[in-house]
Amino acid sequence: MRDYFFNLAERLCGQIHADEVLLCSFSGEESDFVRMNKSAVRQAGNVEQRSLRLELIRGRRHAQARYSLAGSLAEDEPMFRQALADLRIRRDASPEDPHFLYATEPHSSEEIGTNRIPRAADALDAVAEAGSGRDLVGIYASGATHAGFANSLGQRNWITHHSYNFDWSFFAQADKAVKESYAGFEWDPGTFEAKLAAAGERLRVLERPIRNLDPGRYRVYLSPGALWEIVELLGWGGFSLRAHRTKATPLLRMVEQGAHLHPSLDLREDTAHGVAPPFESSGFHRPDQVPLIEGGRYRECLVSPRSAVEFDVATNGASGSEAPNSLGMSAGSLATENVSRELGRGIYVSNLWYLNYSDRNACRTTGMTRFATFWVEDGHLQAPIPAMRFDETLYRMLGENLLGLTRERERIFDPGTYCERSTRSAHLPGALIDDFTLTL
Amino acid sequence: MHEEFLARFRAIAPSVEGWSLRIVEERMESVATRRDVPMPCSLRQDRGAMIQIWDGGATGYAATSDLSNEGLRRACERASDWARATRGRTVAEAGTQPIATASGEYASNVLRPWDSTSVAEKLDLLMELSHALHPDPRILDWSAALYGERIDSLLATSAGGHIAQRTEIVMPMLSVVANSGSHTQRRSFGGDAFARQGGLEILEQTGFTSAAPRVAEEALQLLDAPNCPTETLDLVLAPDQMILQIHESIGHPLELDRILGDERNYAGTSFVRLDMFGSYRYGSPLLNVVFDPNHASELAGYAFDDEGTPAERQYIIRDGILERPLGGTTSQNRAGIEGVANARASSWNRPPIDRMANLNLELGHDSFDRLIAGIERGVFMQTNCSWSIDDSRNKFQFGCERAQLIEDGELTQVVKNPNYRGVSATFWRSLAGVGDASTAETLGTPTCGKGEPNQLARVGHASPTCRFENVDVFGGE
Repeated sequence: MRDYFFNLAERLCGQIHADEVLLCSFSGEESDFVRMNKSAVRQAGNVEQRSLRLELIRGRRHAQARYSLAGSLAEDEPMFRQALADLRIRRDASPEDPHFLYATEPHSSEEIGTNRIPRAADALDAVAEAGSGRDLVGIYASGATHAGFANSLGQRNWITHHSYNFDWSFFAQADKAVKESYAGFEWDPGTFEAKLAAAGERLRVLERPIRNLDPGRYRVYLSPGALWEIVELLGWGGFSLRAHRTKATPLLRMVEQGAHLHPSLDLREDTAHGVAPPFESSGFHRPDQVPLIEGGRYRECLVSPRSAVEFDVATNGASGSEAPNSLGMSAGSLATENVSRELGRGIYVSNLWYLNYSDRNACRTTGMTRFATFWVEDGHLQAPIPAMRFDETLYRMLGENLLGLTRERERIFDPGTYCERSTRSAHLPGALIDDFTLTL
Repeated sequence: MHEEFLARFRAIAPSVEGWSLRIVEERMESVATRRDVPMPCSLRQDRGAMIQIWDGGATGYAATSDLSNEGLRRACERASDWARATRGRTVAEAGTQPIATASGEYASNVLRPWDSTSVAEKLDLLMELSHALHPDPRILDWSAALYGERIDSLLATSAGGHIAQRTEIVMPMLSVVANSGSHTQRRSFGGDAFARQGGLEILEQTGFTSAAPRVAEEALQLLDAPNCPTETLDLVLAPDQMILQIHESIGHPLELDRILGDERNYAGTSFVRLDMFGSYRYGSPLLNVVFDPNHASELAGYAFDDEGTPAERQYIIRDGILERPLGGTTSQNRAGIEGVANARASSWNRPPIDRMANLNLELGHDSFDRLIAGIERGVFMQTNCSWSIDDSRNKFQFGCERAQLIEDGELTQVVKNPNYRGVSATFWRSLAGVGDASTAETLGTPTCGKGEPNQLARVGHASPTCRFENVDVFGGE
């Protein structure tokens, strides 16, 4: 696929005029998807898709378009001769763009992962065996994902990963379930078995009678997966330079009033340890790390090339949405194996669900507990609780009420597959929090 | 062109129990301005095919953007491989999924095609609106945008099915961000809810071309407004919040694939069980909800769903009683219950699952003034900006951009950060007033998420303004 893209880009760059610059971005995947319900296959299939984004530039005028690709020059090249002509018409009809910026210093890179993932049909055998005698529901997704960039200035970038992501739940009753995921680049039966065994243990607690809770304030432990939901929500404008400069950020009180989070809290965009491409569609490379919050204080924003010009700040290669792709949070000192004891009497939250802002200015968020969420007493899991709604500000939950972060962190690979398989990931600890507000 | 791809496919179609070929071609163009600066014009052209194979009592699918002979042949092999690999391991027999036999066509009714004005003319309109969006320096960000999309699809099957459909969509958007110190408010032209089928006539029909000054003025009003009170009050919801209420707490819980458990690992399950259909009181007798794929200009209109089932208007809830689920033919066969034609795929690269399509709340008889006339103290909320609901689609909390108090039967003070919460199973029973046609809007959203692998669907909702009794409302910090 790499050779095909670079060949196509070479030919397209050969067709532009002397005063033009062409940017080409590629995205593609060859994926198998096996959807499971009640430990049996609901839908199974394969998706091969490729798309090419072109941006044709002359001076400060530009136009962009994205096309699906067949993947062979014979099929695709005739279409692109017409595409370049169309882009010229659109570009020349557009006014000059005062906020336009693209990389002019070629910075080529290449990362091609080895294919160590199992054949999907073999993985299906393992998944079916895991579900035997249980109520398993979820999805196994696997295959190659590709991203590339090329421009008429000679820059070439490519990244290929071969990965799998099995995102599943064991159900005990109604909406009571243990949710787990097993994702990576090389399937290890031992690791998978250990995850199954741990899920099976928690499943037994879920079979106990439900303990109902009244709304109120509780001491809670948020697993790394639950904390991920919170930091994902912050990605909606929390770290965007554009949102900061237009005062639309949910972290406005950190910026305007000096509000802060707990001093132990460090959060960074950690491209070096993520799986998302280290380049963006204008050709800029992303630094290994961008510190977003340090010592509980706001540090830097994610800056797209467009915002860089608009607000006169250097870009750090953020995409147009200026949302993080590879969040990393520093570890704390709590031993994960002791979190139930440290929690004492409270709620062990494995998963949160459907978060949104209930007061954006105060960074107050609402959402639900989901899946394996337990009442803990005397340091032991006692019983599952019903799905409960929380409504709490970030400044309380990760600020004044944060009791500690775990020493161990979990690497989370986004199982999302909207349009294409996600390459977002996070590396997060769990969090012990006091006085967490449940409302319904 | 689609017929040519179909001919290619027929030439290499395998000899199996059945096959279907669904070709989808989308062309989307966006034109936008932000802070009085034209954004680069963006075009997307996407084309591919979904092949499904029925073989040996199982099915498999393969989707490809390679529509060459070789690309289609390879996709056939991959779909056949999956049918073989899953034989005897499926949650439902292959026979539960129909191989379409119907033939027909559908096309959106378009009066002024998207391409009837140039990109430059669209930009001129947006720049004019953009200038009207910031009458005050407290407005720090503002944008205006137009999206136009045309989707052509062809579904053909080994059983003689042949269905060609063309959908054309226009979506206008306006938004402003106003700030005063550490306080920011956003106001928009109905969020992204004014998406409809049709052409540029939608801009006049929705009031887009004259809305900018009001949107800006209302954002500034909110900066000076007090917080929404924390009380249990009568709540009146405008159509641009009703669509979210209908979507989340009627539409999703009634999806039959949720009830059958398919979505439990992702989008969630439902508090509704199969034994509730036909008898369960979902809401007050004022609640009437229809699945209506034929509603003129609504976003998710069509003649056939993506399994090839002819689409017809059906009551989902009548006089408050739950009648039928939102389940396509496959789900109906699995559950043994009648549903609707709503098996839909987001595009060529995803298989069909149960989706909402057009789900509408039927008109009542009250004008807006009559709806609020009997309210001693209440709140009128407009335009959704926050949505959250549990995985069984029961405990919800929703927030709106703007609200006004209702005191002694009249609208009074504007309040900011309005939120309310409730439980689906009881909320609709508090429906105490349904507005007439003068209070109603036909709206929709292009981004309903669901499914594994994930799919975004276009859904339409038409609703009048409605009144609910004794709802917990609250504001910001």
